Amino acid sequence: MHTPLRTFTLATALLLGAGSAFAAGKTLIYCSEGSPAGFDPARYTAGTDMDASAETVFNRLVEFERGSTQIRPGLAEKWDISSDGLTYTFTLRRGVKFHTTPNFKPTRDFNADDVVFSFQRLIDKNHPFNKAAPAEYPYVTDMGMDSNIVAVEKVDANTVRFKLKAVDAAFLQNLAMSFASIQSSEYADSLLKSGKAAQINAQPVGTGPFVFKSYQKDSNIRFDGNKDYWRKGEVQLDKLIFAITPDASVRYQKLQKGECHIMSFPKPADLKAMQGNAALTVPNQAGFNVGFLAYNVKHKPLDQLAVRQALDMAINKKAIIDAVYQGAGQPATNPMPPTQWSYNKKLKDPAFDVAKAKSLLAKAGVKEGTEITLWAMPVQRPYNPNAKLMAEMIQADWAKIGIKAKIVTYEWGEYLKRGKGGEHDSMLVGWNGDNGDPDNWLGVNLGCSAVGGNNYAQWCQKEFNDLIVKARTINNQAERSKMYEKAQEIFKQEVPWTTIAHSTVYQPMRKEVQGFKISPFNLMSFYGVSLK
Amino acid sequence: MFGFVLRRLAVVIPTFLGITLLAFALIHMIPGDPVLLLVGERNLDPEFYKAAMHRLGLDQPLYLQYWHYLSGLLQGDLGTSIRTHEPVVKEFFTLFPATVELSLAAMLFATPLGLVAGVVAATRRGTVVDHGVMGAALTGYSMPIFWWGLMLIMLFSVHLGWTPVSGRIALEYDIEAKTGFMLIDTLLSDEEGAFLSALHHLVLPAIVLGTIPLAVIARMTRSAMLEVLREDYIRTARAKGLSRLRIIVVHALRNALMPVVTVIGLQVGTLLAGAVLTETIFSWPGVGKWLIDAIGQRDYPSVQGGILLIGTMIILVNLLVDVLYGVINPRIRHAR
Repeated sequence: MHTPLRTFTLATALLLGAGSAFAAGKTLIYCSEGSPAGFDPARYTAGTDMDASAETVFNRLVEFERGSTQIRPGLAEKWDISSDGLTYTFTLRRGVKFHTTPNFKPTRDFNADDVVFSFQRLIDKNHPFNKAAPAEYPYVTDMGMDSNIVAVEKVDANTVRFKLKAVDAAFLQNLAMSFASIQSSEYADSLLKSGKAAQINAQPVGTGPFVFKSYQKDSNIRFDGNKDYWRKGEVQLDKLIFAITPDASVRYQKLQKGECHIMSFPKPADLKAMQGNAALTVPNQAGFNVGFLAYNVKHKPLDQLAVRQALDMAINKKAIIDAVYQGAGQPATNPMPPTQWSYNKKLKDPAFDVAKAKSLLAKAGVKEGTEITLWAMPVQRPYNPNAKLMAEMIQADWAKIGIKAKIVTYEWGEYLKRGKGGEHDSMLVGWNGDNGDPDNWLGVNLGCSAVGGNNYAQWCQKEFNDLIVKARTINNQAERSKMYEKAQEIFKQEVPWTTIAHSTVYQPMRKEVQGFKISPFNLMSFYGVSLK
Repeated sequence: MFGFVLRRLAVVIPTFLGITLLAFALIHMIPGDPVLLLVGERNLDPEFYKAAMHRLGLDQPLYLQYWHYLSGLLQGDLGTSIRTHEPVVKEFFTLFPATVELSLAAMLFATPLGLVAGVVAATRRGTVVDHGVMGAALTGYSMPIFWWGLMLIMLFSVHLGWTPVSGRIALEYDIEAKTGFMLIDTLLSDEEGAFLSALHHLVLPAIVLGTIPLAVIARMTRSAMLEVLREDYIRTARAKGLSRLRIIVVHALRNALMPVVTVIGLQVGTLLAGAVLTETIFSWPGVGKWLIDAIGQRDYPSVQGGILLIGTMIILVNLLVDVLYGVINPRIRHAR
């Protein structure tokens, strides 16, 4: 027993010299949570996929300011919106170069053809490229762009015109989203000709701050800093490496040891130790999300406002935030986070009041022991780290007012499908903001047209719906803001949901990392980031 | 001999069919489908859903889907991953070498150590050493792998700084995957220090993955040795005045090896399938983690293909072991 052990110890000791911490100068290593499904951002919806392609390799016509929901010019230098709000004319930036990779050498600069190709592919199912590389574009459908964009026309080499069927005030915000990344039509043509159209998902070519170099599934993704990047000074790294590290505890160990500079999704339980570590810094920001409990207003007795009010005021939100979010969350009052413009600051939650809740129920004629179903999500989400525990706490709260909650859960896909169908009485779910537009909270989750879809409360209230439908067609932000504030008031009076929390996003990184900004959209962007 | 191999092969075909049916049935029995999961919390457009399900062929009756899958298989086509749009075979064989490399390293760690521990415990039966070794083996066998891996990382990587935390090689080396086996690829590349770095990264995962096999082998060796040590020919050898070492190594261990080899063969299956946790902890890009992800995403072709390929590997290893038995022991070869 002694001998092999000693040999082993010796062997380990001999190996000690071999590589540990990373030595090269300006290489930033990001410990990411998983492998991207591919590198064509239009095909996917998850942050893991967008970080590895849209945020690194690609640009969009307009883009979100780093760390903000405001948009700034991207590949379009400026744009013009017609007075009826149906035509958008973009003037494109000149002198922007697509990446040169081992598979592709661009012969020309970025121009209108690239924009036309990028969008035609998304909205036209019969586009030759879609025939050669069939794929779904879930976001395009979800945002209604495939039906609302009537035409994408090249006016001249540096001007593109979009024609819409109906006014969409969030159109520009939507164009800033990852799925609207601009692909090279020259690259696509060459792929089509060589019969390798599917490669667009494996060997991305864009105009963005980092050039894709290689990808080893479940291991790493390598990028080189784009030396010719058109936004001068934004690329301060020579190399960017994603070290794919699925386990959060292991990511933390790697961060501690200096095997990576920055990591995704820390475990709430590790935060305290991270904050105490002198080599690390852990900035945080209110998450751009909301976790809520939707009441199915089509089911009795939840169709009565008094019952919803009673259930709402019987929930001890503070206790939930302490136990479920472990402090990494803030109570939600509105159906959108405070960082969203048009957030109504005047609204307040009703006080936590068991006695009043009881009397409301009694007045509504709800007998003690009435059973309602309470659905708990089977998965962990940024807006709800532990739905099962949350459901149990709500169950206990409701028991105090004589309501018997029966906790129900299904597999995630099934859960959402049944929820959209309205099979539940009450249901825990949530939303992450996509594009920084108020309609992306109120319209998508509470509008009448979303009943049968994301409107889990099955709530269709005329006054509220009229406001948000009208606001969609106005391009003036101040005017829209007023309408959304009013809509939030109605929401609060009608209680289709109990808004529970906005989770706080923590971003652990080593102190050497400079200039990193937390994205409201949970994306990881490394342009503008440097190493000390 | 030829007849024996043929007989074994005849059994393989129905087993193979059984695996395809089972893999197909099991993954389709789990509720949810890949399109629902792709859309997630987003709005589900019924048209979009219909079109996507149609493109993936998932709107057809199950028996037809199975038939298409089988006919694809006969032409050597395991399908394309729904999630990544890559051929399943390509994905599998990109990742498989990493799993094999890790499994071999784990066995290399577990086998000699397990044999020695078992022999030592058997020859000192009933003493403190025996109890100590068997206690350790039992602990190793029942250790939660996730916890064990994290503990080793915390001690050896973070505290002592002896080993890297995770990955297959330090990221400063960008090694081209020629064979997929990192140790071989690093030797083929000209990068200095790459091989050592790869070896260095292999140590902890191999120990973690090898812990359970080590315990199993140690316990098996001990009991097999105890049985053999009671045999008459051992007493004869002692009476002949042979040295203790010679008796144990030449006469006892050799005869005790037969059941131990069986157990080692069985462990291959366990390792291939059971590397999931180790691969997750150590960010090891192998097939275990890939298969779990595919199940989570309801990536039907990947799950079916992955199970089939792993099943085939295990069948092949078992076939090889059976044939080897036949070679070693003619009594087995002739038994009908």
